[in-house]
Amino acid sequence: MRLETPNKLEELRKSILEKQDPNKQKILVCGGTGCISNGSLEVAKAFEAELKSQKLKAEVEVKITGCHGFCERGPLVVFLPQSIFYERVDLKGVPDILKETLISGVPHDKYLYRMTKKDDPITKEEDIPFYKNQLRWVLRHNGKIDPTSIDEYIAQGGYSALAKALNGLSPERIVDEIDKAGLRGRGGGGFSTARKWRSVKDADGGPDNIRYVICNGDEGDPGAFMDRSLMEGDPHSVIEGMIIGAYAIGSNKGYIYVRMEYPLAVKHLDLAIKSARDYGLLGENILGSGFSFDIEINRGGGAFVCGESSALMASIMGRAGEPRAKYVHSSEKGLNDLPTNLNNVETWANVPLIINRGADWFAAVGTEKSKGTKVFSLVGSVNNVGLVEVPMGLSLREIIYGIGGGIPGGKKFKAVQTGGPSGGCIPEAHLDAPVDFDELTKLGSMMGSGGMIVMDEKTCMVDVAKYFINFLVDESCGKCTPCREGLRQLLIVLTRITEGKGKEGDIELLKDIGDCMTWGSLCALGGSASNPVISTIKYFRDEYEAHIKEKRCPAGVCQDLITFSIIEGDCIGCGRCLKVCPSSAITGENKKPHVIDEKLCIRCRACYEVCPVDAVMIE
Amino acid sequence: MNYSEKSVDKIVKDHNGDASKVILMLQDVQSEFRYIPREAVKKLSDDLDIPEARIYHIATFYKAFSLVPRGEHEIRVCLGTACHIKGGKRIAEGFERALKVKAGETTKDKKFTLETVNCLGACALAPLVQVDEENHSKMTIEKIDKVLKQYKK
Repeated sequence: MRLETPNKLEELRKSILEKQDPNKQKILVCGGTGCISNGSLEVAKAFEAELKSQKLKAEVEVKITGCHGFCERGPLVVFLPQSIFYERVDLKGVPDILKETLISGVPHDKYLYRMTKKDDPITKEEDIPFYKNQLRWVLRHNGKIDPTSIDEYIAQGGYSALAKALNGLSPERIVDEIDKAGLRGRGGGGFSTARKWRSVKDADGGPDNIRYVICNGDEGDPGAFMDRSLMEGDPHSVIEGMIIGAYAIGSNKGYIYVRMEYPLAVKHLDLAIKSARDYGLLGENILGSGFSFDIEINRGGGAFVCGESSALMASIMGRAGEPRAKYVHSSEKGLNDLPTNLNNVETWANVPLIINRGADWFAAVGTEKSKGTKVFSLVGSVNNVGLVEVPMGLSLREIIYGIGGGIPGGKKFKAVQTGGPSGGCIPEAHLDAPVDFDELTKLGSMMGSGGMIVMDEKTCMVDVAKYFINFLVDESCGKCTPCREGLRQLLIVLTRITEGKGKEGDIELLKDIGDCMTWGSLCALGGSASNPVISTIKYFRDEYEAHIKEKRCPAGVCQDLITFSIIEGDCIGCGRCLKVCPSSAITGENKKPHVIDEKLCIRCRACYEVCPVDAVMIE
Repeated sequence: MNYSEKSVDKIVKDHNGDASKVILMLQDVQSEFRYIPREAVKKLSDDLDIPEARIYHIATFYKAFSLVPRGEHEIRVCLGTACHIKGGKRIAEGFERALKVKAGETTKDKKFTLETVNCLGACALAPLVQVDEENHSKMTIEKIDKVLKQYKK
């Protein structure tokens, strides 16, 4: 069915809504990657089967949605219209949950959310602290609609921004609106979206006047998965944003570049593109406006550097993903040497919102120079792991403690790492800093795509720096010398320090190499690659010095600088450590204290991890 | 699966013989044969009229591709930041000991290929191990044998 005019879209929306009963009983089961891994699809099937056997199938709808965000507590199940939130739902609980929620009308206590085991349960989703303090604009449909159904997106007002744009807004007016809203690139750079659009719009598109738009769904940052959740959970909002952008810029051809590690995202995007085409929302003569635009999906080959714009374009053209020097911007000569506009997934998803609700509405939230919201993936040593969307300017403390619920196991906060490998570690002293593009940069870190990794006192900051450099050694494309060789040298020095062979002057050497890379590298990967080292030196210099001068790892992480022993009085002789020890370094009899032979120990930490009574000591 | 010219023919046709789609074709070749056979490189080079050297450049640049046959099951131990601070490296070492191969290698019986990867985007499940398409969340050293057993049958 093709929708030939914007009015037809409205008619379709009305007819979909008429068929929907807002009071109908619905069971939403999270189909995000996290919940699926914990068995949510089986849970959904069990609900279906149980409803059938209870003869309730006609009255109750079971729906698999995109990621609800609260991955820590999955599988998540929400009952509508009551808005009852169940966590960690397993197959065993399904019959009881159904019986109590639907028949007796009282929520089933066992699977309700509790902050800790001792706390009272919270019944409604909106009352849970994790959700209460968020402002879910971009993630508004995630967890609410079935991402494989275009009708559900349309019922929520989907594609109305596109209709509005094509039906009365000039391309110029759209760019102005985005400009007034103050939208900045959510991929990490924070460049003004309107400025980028304008330069592509004004660039010379050659004899055939061709321009391209690209959605960067390569999300290679370790610790970040918000783009994945958006592409999987609400693909149409990304596509709608791209069509509006293409119309504003004057482009007829778009690409979505997705990592091959995200097969479900590819599947849902593919389906969304096909159904948008069927409705005439993509392809020739969109909504009868005369404007034509189509999108193609490109699967990445698994290279971190392909998140960099010129490398990504090289990859789409069928070459190795090596960046080029940008004397000429991609906005003038990008894909096939023609003007190209590349934005991140989250940036595109913001566009329909701005067009629908207006620039003033959008700009009312945020800080002076960073408007709107930002989605973060809050992971690591934090109680409530998951995706959170907050207004720009909220403090790190409010995010980590207010929404994230603080550090588990009574441990102390040490640092939060933001911005992926190009970012930095922020210590406790700056926890009250407001989170926006410029504040994070001031602290020596950056927004990046929005990974936020919380680290507790058991994390060694030199090891973390080494981790990122090791990652980047693998991922540098190797084309320019400062990045290729600089990273290698950084790794050599950091490895030396963590092995207890650090020398006086090593810290200065690290800084010098970092400087060299910042100024001399070809692309942003090399230019920012030393950030994790520089920021950890800045805030945790004492930890570097302990490694170099005292040959000691204060956090007890660096293998060569620690020894393991068993505290005799604490050991209950359960034998679990003995069983997992790969080097047979542990001896002992059942129910008697065990002993570690330091000479045989390979410091793999297995015993420390399995000990149920914390009797293994690291020094 | 052993190399067959017909399969590569079909892959080229699926992408309309468009040389700019060579990466996508290599992905299809990889999923068909579980590696990129030499013969396939030769054939793509002939069919698309691009030098073999360029195809090898691509096949060695992107992590998705392997020029040697892979095991029946692929084990990917995630070493993203969230997994790293929750001990991902030690899980990888545990698998290396259990399978008696280094990361990047395939066991002698061609049953398993062990790999480390730089983030699978499921950080809430850290430390995460993926075997083929299946995720094993919150891995511990103790769970390694149990996981391997599932795939040994």
